[in-house]
Amino acid sequence: MSEPIKTDVLIIGAGPVGLFAVFELGLLDIKTHLVDILDKVGGQCAELYPEKPIYDIPAIPLITGQGLSEALMQQIKPFNPTFHLGEMVTTIENIGDPLFRITTDRGKVFEAKAVVIAAGGGSFQPKRPPINGIEPYENKSVFYAVRKMETFRDKNLLIVGGGDSALDWTLNLQPIAKRLTLLHRRDDFRGAPDSVNKMRALVAAGAMDLRIGQVTELEGADGQLTAATIKGADGAMTRVETDAMLPFFGLTMKLGPVADWGFELKDELIPVDVSTFETSRPGLFAIGDINTYPGKLKLILSGFHEAALMAQKAHHYVHPSKRLVFQYTTSSTSLQKKLGVS
Amino acid sequence: MPKITFIEHDGAEHTVDAEIGATVMEAALRNGISSIVAECGGGCTCATCLVHVDDAWSPAVGPPSAEEEEMLDSAFEVKPTSRLSCQIKVTEALDGLIVRTPSYQGR
Repeated sequence: MSEPIKTDVLIIGAGPVGLFAVFELGLLDIKTHLVDILDKVGGQCAELYPEKPIYDIPAIPLITGQGLSEALMQQIKPFNPTFHLGEMVTTIENIGDPLFRITTDRGKVFEAKAVVIAAGGGSFQPKRPPINGIEPYENKSVFYAVRKMETFRDKNLLIVGGGDSALDWTLNLQPIAKRLTLLHRRDDFRGAPDSVNKMRALVAAGAMDLRIGQVTELEGADGQLTAATIKGADGAMTRVETDAMLPFFGLTMKLGPVADWGFELKDELIPVDVSTFETSRPGLFAIGDINTYPGKLKLILSGFHEAALMAQKAHHYVHPSKRLVFQYTTSSTSLQKKLGVS
Repeated sequence: MPKITFIEHDGAEHTVDAEIGATVMEAALRNGISSIVAECGGGCTCATCLVHVDDAWSPAVGPPSAEEEEMLDSAFEVKPTSRLSCQIKVTEALDGLIVRTPSYQGR
């Protein structure tokens, strides 16, 4: 196990509510690290609607998802949080009173005095294609991500999709694969034009195959794929021999490991105390879309409010001997110093 | 108010009232059609509100925009008449529309 990263509070989820939690905790001298499964901050705002206007942020008549993420990043800059992107928290273990040991799917370990779950709708995970009997092949010869390119050396590969993930991995793996086939439902690609041109040049040179259609059936044994049946745009069925398949159909929200963290979930949401937003596990908080309480509204502004109240209780755990005096950023020179404006 | 009929994968039919100017996705959510997920809430960014428009209605509904066509790449079992229901605006002309919903929207 690697050396644990010690922090006051670990925030799970770097969406708008997780980001604002950094601000509210920061004002109370609480240091934070954030973990997010996406490779960027902003959560749903960044992944689902970066360009779409949001109309219900108080005092901001109109802002895009991307704009909101950027403004929050600017607002929390004085507190210098550390981000761990592209990682998913898998376990949260109590090791003190309260003290938590948190681990990620990349083997990173944290120790924190409190944990804030700001995980929105759960974690964004790859969409799994609805092919009968795909389960036994998953993570053995069907992969939704490439962790080690060497796995695919001298293999027959089938990559499915038409976006940047499919094209990037096509271009990266083609030189080391025995033979690579790219399959897409139409002969038009939404990926970066430069990648599309490179891919088309490889096809023209006979260095890889491009097929139009969708996978309908898989063949193999013990999780090892040997072939896939492809239904062409014209309805014709053909068979492609392959050792591995990499489907790239974008992401979808799944509850994920939250289900295993010892909460009695209500409709896949974490019940919390409405004055502190603490869960049934002391020191563990849940704010934003992931929590539930009587009257809950899944609004970004509700999550902001929850972050402010959560910070008050988190302070008890992080600085138990310090008395907490409520202050305003407009008048407190101590808060202004923390914000770097005084 | 125009009526829309959703036929689910298992054959269950639901005919619902749809407000003019709303989207077919919104009509589905307001009436509890659970095979429409609409994860992104109508932003044309998630492809979890796929419908297969009835062949007879397909010309009236029309083809997807370029943006929607790209998003259809992230859906499954896409057919020539498939659309994202958040991108179909309800009009008087669509009164009686029939769409079929898939068994799986990717989650």
